[in-house]
Amino acid sequence: MAFGAFGATTTATTPAEPAIRKRSRVVLLLLLPGILYLALFFLAPLLSLVITSFQAPVEFGDIGQYQTAFRWENYTTVLDAYGPHILRSFVFAATATVAALLFSFPLAYFIGVKLRRFPLLQALALTLVIAPFFISFLLRTLAWKQLLSDESWFVSALHGMQILPPGEHVTGTAFSVIFGLTYNFIPFMTLPIYTSLERLDLRYVEAGGDLYAGPASTFFRVTVPLAAPGIISGALLTFIPAAGDYINASRDFLGSTDTAMIGNVIEANFLVLQNYPAAAALSLILMVAILIPVSVYVMRSGTDDLL
Amino acid sequence: MAGSFAESGADLELVGITKRFPGFTAIEDLNLTIPAGSFFALLGPSGCGKTTTLRLVAGLEDATAGRILIGGTDVTNTKSFQRPVNTVFQSYALFPHMTVLENVAFGLKRRKIADATAKAHEALRLVELDHLAQRKPQQLSGGQQQRVALARAVVNRPALLLLDEPLGALDLKLRRQMQIELKNIQQDVGLTFLHVTHDQEEAMTMADTVAVMNKGQIEQMGAPEELYELPKTAFVANFLGQSNLFTGAVTSSGDTSIVVDVAGRKIEIPRERAQRHAGNVTIGVRPEKLRLHTEPPAAQPGSNVLGPGRVTDVSFSGVSTQYQVAVPGLGTLVVFAQNMVFGPVVSPGAEVWLTWTTDHGFGLLDDPADAPRFAADTDTHSLAVQRREKLEAELEEA
Repeated sequence: MAFGAFGATTTATTPAEPAIRKRSRVVLLLLLPGILYLALFFLAPLLSLVITSFQAPVEFGDIGQYQTAFRWENYTTVLDAYGPHILRSFVFAATATVAALLFSFPLAYFIGVKLRRFPLLQALALTLVIAPFFISFLLRTLAWKQLLSDESWFVSALHGMQILPPGEHVTGTAFSVIFGLTYNFIPFMTLPIYTSLERLDLRYVEAGGDLYAGPASTFFRVTVPLAAPGIISGALLTFIPAAGDYINASRDFLGSTDTAMIGNVIEANFLVLQNYPAAAALSLILMVAILIPVSVYVMRSGTDDLL
Repeated sequence: MAGSFAESGADLELVGITKRFPGFTAIEDLNLTIPAGSFFALLGPSGCGKTTTLRLVAGLEDATAGRILIGGTDVTNTKSFQRPVNTVFQSYALFPHMTVLENVAFGLKRRKIADATAKAHEALRLVELDHLAQRKPQQLSGGQQQRVALARAVVNRPALLLLDEPLGALDLKLRRQMQIELKNIQQDVGLTFLHVTHDQEEAMTMADTVAVMNKGQIEQMGAPEELYELPKTAFVANFLGQSNLFTGAVTSSGDTSIVVDVAGRKIEIPRERAQRHAGNVTIGVRPEKLRLHTEPPAAQPGSNVLGPGRVTDVSFSGVSTQYQVAVPGLGTLVVFAQNMVFGPVVSPGAEVWLTWTTDHGFGLLDDPADAPRFAADTDTHSLAVQRREKLEAELEEA
């Protein structure tokens, strides 16, 4: 997509006319800062990560001392050891994405369609969606830890009503981690969907009704497809960072050792165990594992107008 | 309703329909019956309530009061998807995420009609666009989109087809072509068409019956030629074509004709063509019924004479020439004369007399004074619209 556009400019340089060649040189000059930036801060670290992921420990060396090697086993070892964490990350991220979508779509519809006639209220509602960003998400997640802790009125009520058996907690469970992920990524889901729905031409909805489609049918066959670019962007903006998230699932926040996600494993390997090759291998596995389903998803939804 | 086609068009009956929006009334106590199988046009200036009427019938708006019956069934409280009605929208509203074929098959599939795709192809063949079935709507021209919109509506064989100024966005030549096509399709499929338009020529060429709407009410209804030849109100006389109107007192009222004194001149009109027969009345005659004379014509029975007047303006338009003739005491009259010779027969400043056969005159129910050609735009809605337009214009300039 973005690369496609870049490819188009390079093919445009092939004609031999001097004017075009001159213009293409200007284009390349303008692109230079961007290319340099990507090379320096994306390609170089990526290369370094790949090299690190194959490193072997220095014999009789200290912890955290590694030398360049080609150890495939780094990958098989981490896959064996942390396979469940990878799977869990994907299940958690996917669940949170669906939950955020279910919450965000009605919200975005309300703001983008129902509040259209009241621009002031619309602006206010949008501000409220973004408002949580004014507070650090660490603090907000910690606040949820308080709210979901055993001493909170919410959990006491659950205990009191026998919904939650004695001795069971809310924090440290898969529920609280997914809840935290959902909560933290709702604005990322809501805003792109809002952008799509805000442009939704209601005459299409009227035409759906005119052509014998009931409200539900019109919603799924007209409204949702027309909002698809927003839904896809929102899902990507939620799923990708959620799969690599290590704050919500961390023991210090809403998770426990039972809910550790791949992000937590990478963090522990890198910062605590100083097992840099394992952390690098896991990062690359995560990257590839996200790239494959995401590219299938983007291709299948055929979104020329997504980006 | 589901799963089957309407056998033929159905009657539409509006009983005492009133529609109020916050701040203004769009339709006031409207009663209207459209017989099955007819091509009915609602004609009126913008803001007269014609589009609101159509949206009420389609189920896109709820009436404040009154009932809507289609084929004798009360549909007032049903939603748009439950009504045996389809609309060709002014904007076409073709779904951009579907192909042309999917658009046309949409209604059939929702009603679970067998062979939806085959029937959609058939409808596309009717509008000669089957070869573009796999395209997306935005890849078609305006005229093609209009035909797809028509196919998408007609394919459902609705009891009633609603057309909301569907030809408004087309250029003149394409519009003429589509008018003929629409009329042919209506005759082929035998549906009831309700066509809303502000284009009087379109309404007259296409419809069997035309209803002229003004300020939320129907002023006059009838066959196009009947409306044109015998308008009953000043609004109809001026909105549907042009008219020369005069106001004066009735001086004598006979069995077959009445004579009106207009600024000292006696003008005779047939009694059955006059709505009022006593007191001050407004009478009129169409510009093409007037004949120009350069010498005083001899008074003849069965003919009205006005003049002398002075030609103030001549505009040549190909098939005819329009003359403006100022007659003292009467104001300016408009005369259309067919170009039987090369160019205009008189030039500005010439002294002329006008005659017309008494049978061509008509007498109105009201006076032009109490029915201005355009409603005073002082209600809150039009004020708001005007203000917004002004603001937008200013913004554009800035």
